[in-house]
Amino acid sequence: MTNMRRIWALSVIPIVSIILALLVGSLLIIASSLATGDSLNLLLPFVAYESLLEGATGLSLIDLNAADVPSLALSVDVERAARAVTNTLAAAAPLVLTGLAVGVGFKAGLFNIGGTGQVLVGGFTAALMGAAVAEQPVPVAVTLALVAGALGGAFYGFIPGALKAFTGAHEVVSTIMLNSLAAFIIVGLVNDVFKITGPTFARTADVGNAALPILFGRNGSLGILVVLAIIPITYFLLFRTTLGFEIRTVGANPSAARYAGMSPRWLIILTMSLCGLFAGLAGAIEILTLGYYPAVFGTSIGFAGITVALLGRAHPIGILLAGLMLGGMRAGAPSMQITANIPIEIIDVLQGLILLFLAAEIVIRRLLRIRADRITPSELGTVARTYGEGTV
Amino acid sequence: MDLLFDIPVLGFVLQFIAYLIDAITTTNLAPQTLQLATPIALGALCGVMNERSGIVNIGIEGMMLTAAFVGFMVAMVVHEAIPTEPAAIFGFTPALIIGILAAIGAGMLVSALHAWLCISVRADQIISGTVINIIALGLTGYLNRLIKPAGSAGTLDPFRPPAELVDLPIVGWIFRMFLAVGPITMSVIVLVIVMQVLLFRSRWGLRTRAVGEHPRAADTVGIDVIRLRYRNVILGGIFAGLAGAWLTLEFNQSFQNGMSANRGFIALAAVIFGRWTPIGAFGGALLFMFSEALGIAIRSNPPPGDLGVFLSGIQASFPSLYNNTFGALPYLLTIIVLAGVVGRSVAPAAVGKPYVKEGAT
Repeated sequence: MTNMRRIWALSVIPIVSIILALLVGSLLIIASSLATGDSLNLLLPFVAYESLLEGATGLSLIDLNAADVPSLALSVDVERAARAVTNTLAAAAPLVLTGLAVGVGFKAGLFNIGGTGQVLVGGFTAALMGAAVAEQPVPVAVTLALVAGALGGAFYGFIPGALKAFTGAHEVVSTIMLNSLAAFIIVGLVNDVFKITGPTFARTADVGNAALPILFGRNGSLGILVVLAIIPITYFLLFRTTLGFEIRTVGANPSAARYAGMSPRWLIILTMSLCGLFAGLAGAIEILTLGYYPAVFGTSIGFAGITVALLGRAHPIGILLAGLMLGGMRAGAPSMQITANIPIEIIDVLQGLILLFLAAEIVIRRLLRIRADRITPSELGTVARTYGEGTV
Repeated sequence: MDLLFDIPVLGFVLQFIAYLIDAITTTNLAPQTLQLATPIALGALCGVMNERSGIVNIGIEGMMLTAAFVGFMVAMVVHEAIPTEPAAIFGFTPALIIGILAAIGAGMLVSALHAWLCISVRADQIISGTVINIIALGLTGYLNRLIKPAGSAGTLDPFRPPAELVDLPIVGWIFRMFLAVGPITMSVIVLVIVMQVLLFRSRWGLRTRAVGEHPRAADTVGIDVIRLRYRNVILGGIFAGLAGAWLTLEFNQSFQNGMSANRGFIALAAVIFGRWTPIGAFGGALLFMFSEALGIAIRSNPPPGDLGVFLSGIQASFPSLYNNTFGALPYLLTIIVLAGVVGRSVAPAAVGKPYVKEGAT
């Protein structure tokens, strides 16, 4: 009973935030119907969200075949549901990793907004390693490429960590700069150094045997299993090891950590590298699914990781659930775009709205008169407090 | 001279310095630097206003982007409703002026959201800024795709100072830098100086700094901390709004998704570089964007001599890497400078800490 109550206290604010975001989003969709259709379509949000849900889970709420007036009718097409769920899992896997890349940083009082750059570098190093070992047996090739991606990302997380530890450069600014830097330099490297002749667009060589094996469905790849394995490992690391305790201590109170004999510098560098490792692995999964690194590789999974981490309360299990939620939205968005004629970018708006309501959680709590745990990880206060404070 | 230029390594440096002097005095390098530094400097003014009052604002990027979109759309609609010939000075049209005002309004509105979240809701200030960045990117991207704007209200023109002035030997480039630019760019210098004076020489400035350093003490002597913070954060939105207007009404004449390109974050670095002073931040903005302007100058007008041969050699073998490295320069320089100065640069003491009046809950 107390367990249930605990789960409720933890999840009520995220759930209310999601509902409120969907409500505000539906107003936006109604307003949008003026731009795409002829008149104000009050039913458009239902059509949109229904196709979103169907694209993400295969559950259909509206029976379109019956007569002229669509009627409410729950139906599940098993084959379709399997396909939809696989799409959701495939979309969620990298999001969970970028969510960890932000969430684990939160635990140490660090705000890693460098997920985008770490994804790019991780994906790029995975593509290069993958191309180099393309002829090796599958297990060897896949492992080497994934490890290369993780290490590439870790290196790119190490840089802002070391900068913060030794010079005091705040990671909020330095990681954003590193994002732009990686985007520019990798485009140049792909175009001038690693481009292969043949394809109509600039890209690196095929990763061959390093491509992630498909385990089920059309796109249920090994990446999903990797992520499922990483969640318990991260949980164990954070809550059952000395290192995890030190990371959380430095996040809660850097000075207390120092007085207790821990080294905040070392912990900051280590945590940022670990964050980069997760994001790099996310990039590796994306690229090893695609099979090559295209010169123009726009990815939003790095930024989406912030929403995942906050929605998941910076806890591995929460991040897994939040990643599934946002992954579902991404998997369902294309079918929503087709059915309701709404630009796919609505997903980004919904993500932002969810975050807005999470940030204003106190308002939600007062309005609804609910008792709930504070959703913002307390370690986050450290990020704001140490802003501009200089060296640790 | 040629003898000096032939010295290994040092010769290269000397050639580069000669090229720099030549580029500054004879080409558009100086006005271009000021132009590119404009959104950074304006964003930094917004940052100074916020952080001097004790509020971290990492949402400047989102404020700029929202303002750029709103300003662009409003100007376009007004332009379609009342097409007017641009005025002789700056190419002003009613559409552009209303667009700028709309951009400023949008900047203030988003700032008001930040103020509410940080001050009243006492949400985490870093999260509030992040929320603003993510919503701004999502919403402008969504609306841009939905509306697919086809027209444009055009752009503001640079001022054309008399030729005798800008062609003066030795000092002509200074006039070119500050006069041969658009109105928003030109206003930056004035705004920076005004803000510097206000912040350090006025009653408002003293109160603002007090609220940023020690809100409790400020409160005890009768300063309304909450109100002053609200006012400053919202007024700071004017600068972010103006930076947005620069993006779509002066520098470009279209809106592209995510076009603020992390300028709001470079502005934060400029604030730190300038030790939370308007003039210092302006210096930071000039420094960071000089690298971008120089990159443009080198690519369009390569240096002569060995240095030029060396650079065009790289360009011939690695054209894309060459271009992209120049594109990345301001970001790289920002990291290096941030790492170099920040340890000795101290933020206002109350930055990032919500203020709770004693006895209140």
